Amino acid sequence: MEGFSGRKRKEKIFKIACFGLTFLSVIILIVLLYHIGQAGSKYLSFKFLDSWPSRFPHKAGIKAGIWGTLWLISLTALISVPIGIFSALFLEEYKIPGKLGKFVEINVANLAGVPSIVYGLLGLTIFVRFLGLDRSLLSGALTLSLLILPVIIVSSREAIKSVPDAIRFGAYALGASRYQVVFWHVLPIALPGILTGVILALSRAIGETAPLIIVGALTYISYTPESIMDEFTVLPLQIYNWASRPQEEFHYLAAGGIIVLLGVMLSMNFIAVVIRQKASKKVKI
Amino acid sequence: MKKHVKKIEYTVRGALGLCALVTLITTVGIIAVLSSETIPFFKEVPITDFLFGTRWAPLLEPKSFGVLPLVIGTGMIMVGSAFIALPVGITTAVYLSEFSSQRMRSIIKPVLEVLAGIPTIVYGYFALTFITPLLKTILPQTEIFNATSGAIVVGIMVLPMVASLCDDAFQSVPKALKEGGYALGATSYEVIGQVIVPYSASRILAAFILALSRAIGETMAVTLAAGANARFAFDPLQSVQTMTAYIVQVSLGDTPQGGIEYQTCFAVGSLLFLITLAMNVAGQSILFKYRRGK
Amino acid sequence: MSNDSVMTCRNLNIFYGEKQAVFDVDLDILRNKVTAIIGPSGCGKSTLLRSLNRMNDFVPTFSMNGNINFEGNNVLEQDPMVVRTRIGMVFQKPNPFPKTIYNNIIWGPKIHGHKVDYDQLVEESLRSAALWDEVKDRLHDSALDLSGGQQQRLCIARTVAMKPEVILMDEPCSALDPRSTIRIEDLINDLRSDYSIVIVTHNMQQAARVSDYTAFFYEGELIEYGVTDGIFTNPKEKKTEDYITGRFG
Repeated sequence: MEGFSGRKRKEKIFKIACFGLTFLSVIILIVLLYHIGQAGSKYLSFKFLDSWPSRFPHKAGIKAGIWGTLWLISLTALISVPIGIFSALFLEEYKIPGKLGKFVEINVANLAGVPSIVYGLLGLTIFVRFLGLDRSLLSGALTLSLLILPVIIVSSREAIKSVPDAIRFGAYALGASRYQVVFWHVLPIALPGILTGVILALSRAIGETAPLIIVGALTYISYTPESIMDEFTVLPLQIYNWASRPQEEFHYLAAGGIIVLLGVMLSMNFIAVVIRQKASKKVKI
Repeated sequence: MKKHVKKIEYTVRGALGLCALVTLITTVGIIAVLSSETIPFFKEVPITDFLFGTRWAPLLEPKSFGVLPLVIGTGMIMVGSAFIALPVGITTAVYLSEFSSQRMRSIIKPVLEVLAGIPTIVYGYFALTFITPLLKTILPQTEIFNATSGAIVVGIMVLPMVASLCDDAFQSVPKALKEGGYALGATSYEVIGQVIVPYSASRILAAFILALSRAIGETMAVTLAAGANARFAFDPLQSVQTMTAYIVQVSLGDTPQGGIEYQTCFAVGSLLFLITLAMNVAGQSILFKYRRGK
Repeated sequence: MSNDSVMTCRNLNIFYGEKQAVFDVDLDILRNKVTAIIGPSGCGKSTLLRSLNRMNDFVPTFSMNGNINFEGNNVLEQDPMVVRTRIGMVFQKPNPFPKTIYNNIIWGPKIHGHKVDYDQLVEESLRSAALWDEVKDRLHDSALDLSGGQQQRLCIARTVAMKPEVILMDEPCSALDPRSTIRIEDLINDLRSDYSIVIVTHNMQQAARVSDYTAFFYEGELIEYGVTDGIFTNPKEKKTEDYITGRFG
């Protein structure tokens, strides 16, 4: 018969194990950031930010990557954010009835799980080849837009869902039409939540590499884009290029690029968290 | 006035509906694009040769199109990552929902969010420059590109997803049920193991399926860390090639459109799509049932 | 009357954070008797009950001081696990585990490693919860298939299977229909011979029907405590009288 002390001991060991394994994530994150910080600090300088890629590590920089990423993300945001929010509004406020509505919902959830590389194949065939947009920023942005659309829709729907019905009924009771209710009352209240989701989705898009390789973004580019039909490179692609070379010096360059990339992403995450916290204090019915 | 409002109403409804159609078109597009290149491919290569062949060499003479080496490479990454993500993810969820103070929660949650948000390319770099050298000092026969290293980082990547889905599942266990266990003098270990986990078993299963599906679709980390060596072998310390890594390899080269090499990308992509789709549908339908059950 | 008490509370103060919920309570729980705790909602009666077997330990801001003597030991200083093994509890809503009827009963004894004949234990426990005849042919069906009243009796059987000395009941009939309520009340009457029972109820008729002793709480304080008949027919305190005659609460 297992006594109390034995069971207590088991409980204690279990608790410690749970804590230890949970804390593992913190340790991993610290090790990862430290490792990258150490390797990347060697080349991180203003010159690094303002130079073109080069065969010589000490001359190489990420100017093309930064500009490419900025162009690509802005363009992606312009395409995906309105479509995403409008889709979410339609799905949540206009509710498609019956089987079709359920299918659309399941479809969005499944699209969010489709590997990003498959979106690359889609973009390559449709945008690059079929529509003849070539390896342009526009092709890349359209591809990324389709990729993050499900993410934006899911998080926007959550935000819209959390708007209390009382507000809708209040507006309807004053004789408002549905679009007036949706755009004048629901959207403004849901907006902080939507923004949080949008920023997180875009920060995910910034780190995307695989679909852009498939779509044909280049790694060696020594100019900044001037139109959406220009060829381009992005930061993660530049990092990939350097990391995949055998020479250690290039790994330091890759780490430098990663620091910049993570810096951008973490500040976007931070903004999203701030918006979320600010919004959670407002509007509670 | 009223007519005017009605007109706007219809326009708005139509415009929003069109936006919502984009996701449906995307699905149709993916299926159309994949099959448009895969069907011609299977006219040249019998589907059984593709599915059951043990040699993958579409770019070398003599060409061979047996996809099993890629499937094995992918499978090794998936199984390896499961060894990390599943136990650590579920214990993290247990800790968060049952033991953690509010303060610990406010530390762990953001850490998990950051881990989930770090781009896959960064994990690839970490695997290549940190984990592989570490493995080498322990096991000197480790190759520079190896499955283990890739599996470890993919495990780290999908861990937050397991943790957060399991946390949701545990949070939804009725408080009365836990109290029923404790009121009989059970330890937390017994209540968790025999009441909470069994109660949320199907949602935990869904979390596992969805996380593993994500691991299968993972691309850049494994391309960087696990290499591009499609072999029909099971050594985790050797270089392997996953389905995703193969597609990247072809895309980086100068493969002309329309050739059989180009089509292999789509055939492999179709297989990848079907596997992950099946897993996602399975996982989502479990979760969907519970969301409606509420 | 303290000679025959199974639990004695002395100077019991209970807090949620800064807020005090129970003030300086002295209360004796008598052996093999049914003690009812009544009072308007928010008077601290459930808080007190859940403190007797340390179930409030799970509330993060909870704290208490004083003494709850249980067979010679202070409940506040004992391991909660040990306390809960000897003091069973039945909750407001039936909370059977999503397992079979059989496994619900043996779950407690099993985790505690009690080496007994489980089949016999199941029959015994179900009989003493007046449920045996209804479920004997489907012991291996899910407990969730039972009706609400049956589920609650199963929860009582599950508690009885641990052979506790005291059974705490936290408004055990509040989620049940009148017929199930009567069955539970009959059951409480039967259980009295083997167990000491403390029942919290918002239903005064129920307290009058099932209990031997009644304690009336108001705003965290024990106002009056005595033989049930006395409390209901001849209350000494004005507040008790107002409450049982329905003037407030």
